[in-house]
Amino acid sequence: MKFIQTVVVVLSIVWLAACSSTGDKKTGDAAVVEDRSSEAGIDAAAADATASAVGGYSDLTIESLTDPSSPVSQRVIYFEFDSSEVAEQDREFVMAHAAILAANPNLKVSIEGHGDERGSREYNIGLGEKRAQSVRRMMEFQGVLASQMTTVSYGEEKAAVEGHDESAWSMNRRVELVYVAY
Amino acid sequence: MKTIWITLLSVCLYLPGWLQAALTIEITQGVEGAVPIAVVPFHAANHHQPQPQDVAGIIAADLARSGRFAPVPEQNLIARPVETSQVRFQDWRTLGVENLVIGSVETVADNEYRIQFRLFDVLRGRQITGYSMPAKSGQLRYVAHRISDIIYEQLTGEPGAFATHIAYVISESKNGKKEYQLQLADSDGYNPKTLLTSQQPLMSPSWSPDGRQLAYVSFEKKGRAAIFVQAIHTGKRQELVSFEGINGAPSWSPDGRSMALTLSRDGNPEIYSLRLSDKKLKRLTSGAAIDTEPVWSPDGKSIVFTSDRGGSPQLYRMPAQGGRAQRITFEGNYNASADFSSDGKSLTLVHGEGGRYQIAVLDLDSSLLRVLSEGRLDESPSFAPNGSMIIYATETGHRGVLAAVSSDGRFHQQFSLREGNVREPVWSPFVGRK
Repeated sequence: MKFIQTVVVVLSIVWLAACSSTGDKKTGDAAVVEDRSSEAGIDAAAADATASAVGGYSDLTIESLTDPSSPVSQRVIYFEFDSSEVAEQDREFVMAHAAILAANPNLKVSIEGHGDERGSREYNIGLGEKRAQSVRRMMEFQGVLASQMTTVSYGEEKAAVEGHDESAWSMNRRVELVYVAY
Repeated sequence: MKTIWITLLSVCLYLPGWLQAALTIEITQGVEGAVPIAVVPFHAANHHQPQPQDVAGIIAADLARSGRFAPVPEQNLIARPVETSQVRFQDWRTLGVENLVIGSVETVADNEYRIQFRLFDVLRGRQITGYSMPAKSGQLRYVAHRISDIIYEQLTGEPGAFATHIAYVISESKNGKKEYQLQLADSDGYNPKTLLTSQQPLMSPSWSPDGRQLAYVSFEKKGRAAIFVQAIHTGKRQELVSFEGINGAPSWSPDGRSMALTLSRDGNPEIYSLRLSDKKLKRLTSGAAIDTEPVWSPDGKSIVFTSDRGGSPQLYRMPAQGGRAQRITFEGNYNASADFSSDGKSLTLVHGEGGRYQIAVLDLDSSLLRVLSEGRLDESPSFAPNGSMIIYATETGHRGVLAAVSSDGRFHQQFSLREGNVREPVWSPFVGRK
C-alpha cells in the first residue's frame, strides 16, 4: 500500500514536472508542484488511517471498557505543558472511546480536565476545561451526541500524583473519561 | 541586619498563646531602617488572674510585621512606666527609641476590661495620642489590633490594616480522604474559624466589599463546579451559578452590585459580569483564548484579567462593561492572578520566568515590574486593604503555607500551620470603617 502511494506520488511529480517543462513557466513553479504532490500524499494516508480505524473499532463494545486487555479500559489522555491539544498518538485512543459512545447513545461520559500545579489555580481551571473540550470536540466529530457528554475542569485541585517535579506534573496534565451510566 | 532579624524573632517568641494558634508567624527576613519603638507590657490593674491576652505583645508583633517598625525586645526595656508621670524620655532617647507605647488592662467586672494606652514621641517628649477602650475577653486581640492600627496611622500617615481578616483554603488528608476547608483568621493568623468543610475542592475565595460575605467555588455537586456566596456571621449560603464547565474566579465589583466571573457555558473560558439583583449575565470577552481571573479596579471602571490570547498567559485591561482589551504585562512568559492595590496604582501578580513562579508588583503608570518573593511555586497574591503588605501562598517542605511580604519587598514573613496545605489567601477589606 505504502509502496503504491509512493509510486503514485512520484509519478505525479514526474508528470507535473513534464507539464511545466512544456510550457513557458518560471522556476518558481517547482514549489507549487511539490505542494500538490504532498497534498496528494496526505489525503491518501488519511484515507488509509480511516479505513483501518473503522475496522479496528467495530469489535469494541461496552464490555471492552472493563476488559483489561482492551486499550479502552484505560481512561486517561495526557497533555503537554500549557497545551490543550490532543497529541497525535492519543487520537486513536479518543476515537476508540468515541466509537463506543456513538454506538451506545445511552452511555454518558464526564470529560474531566486537569492541570499541573504550576502557575495560577484559575488559569489551570481554564486550561483543564480547554483540554476537556478538545476531547469533547473530537468525540462530537465522531458522532457522539452532545447530550452524552459533560465537561468539568478541576485544574490543579485533584492531582493524580503528588509531587513537585516534571515526573508528577506530566501525570497531572490530563483528561479523565469518567463513564456515568453503563 | 542580623541583629534586627534576631530582635524581631524574639518579639515573636515572647508571645504567650503562641502554640495554641493554628497559624503562627515566623519572621524570615528583617528590615534595615525599621523605626525603633518600645511597647511596654501593659499594666494589669485589679487583676486576680493573669491577663487573658498579652496586649502589648500583640501590638509589638503587629508593628514588627509591617516591616516599618522594630520593637525593642521585652528584656531590653529599661523601664516599665504605667503613667505619663513615670516616663523619663531622656532614658528612652539614650536607648535610641523614637516612640514609646504604655498602657494598662483593667478588670472592671467579670470578663470585662478597660484598655488604656498612650503613644509618645520620645524625641519631642510629648504624647501623640491616647485612648481608653472597653472589651470583653474575647475581644482583647481585636482591641490590640485596633491599637496597632491607631499607632501605625499616627506614625506613618496611612491607615493600619491589623484589625482585618484573611480567608484561605486548607486541604488535608484525613483517613486517606481529602478534606477541604474554607477558613477565616485574624490578619496575624490567630483565631482561625472554619466556614465550610467539604470532601470536594473549594477554591477562589473573594470578599464582598463590605467584608460581610465571601464568594467561592465549590465542587460539592458531583462533577460540577458552582459559585456560592456565604454570609460570614450567619453562615447562610446561596448558590449563585452552576453551569456546565467552568464556574470560577468570582470577583465582587467595588459597589457590591455585580460579580465578575469565568464561565465556559458558551464553549470557551470567558469573563462575564453577573448583576446580583436579578442574576443577569453579560459576557465581556470572546475568542478562542482562555480569559479568566477578572479583578475590578477600585474605581469600578475597568477589569484586569488573565488571557493567553497572545500565546502565553498575560494580564490585560478592559472597560468594566467589556470592549477592547489592552495588554499590560510584557516581562516574562507568565503573568497571572492579579489583585489591585486599594489606590488602583499597582497590581500584585504571579510572575513566571525560567520555570519559577513568584509574586511581583506592577506599577501601572511606569509599567515597572518588581519581583518580591523568592519561592519556586508562589501563587495567589492579595493586597492588604491599606496596600502595605501582600499575602500569598508558597511552599516549604512540600507543604502549602502562607507568607507575606511588605509591598516594598523589604520585609518577609511566613505563616506556618501545624498540618494541612494552606493556600489562596485573600485579605479582607476594611470593615466598619470609613
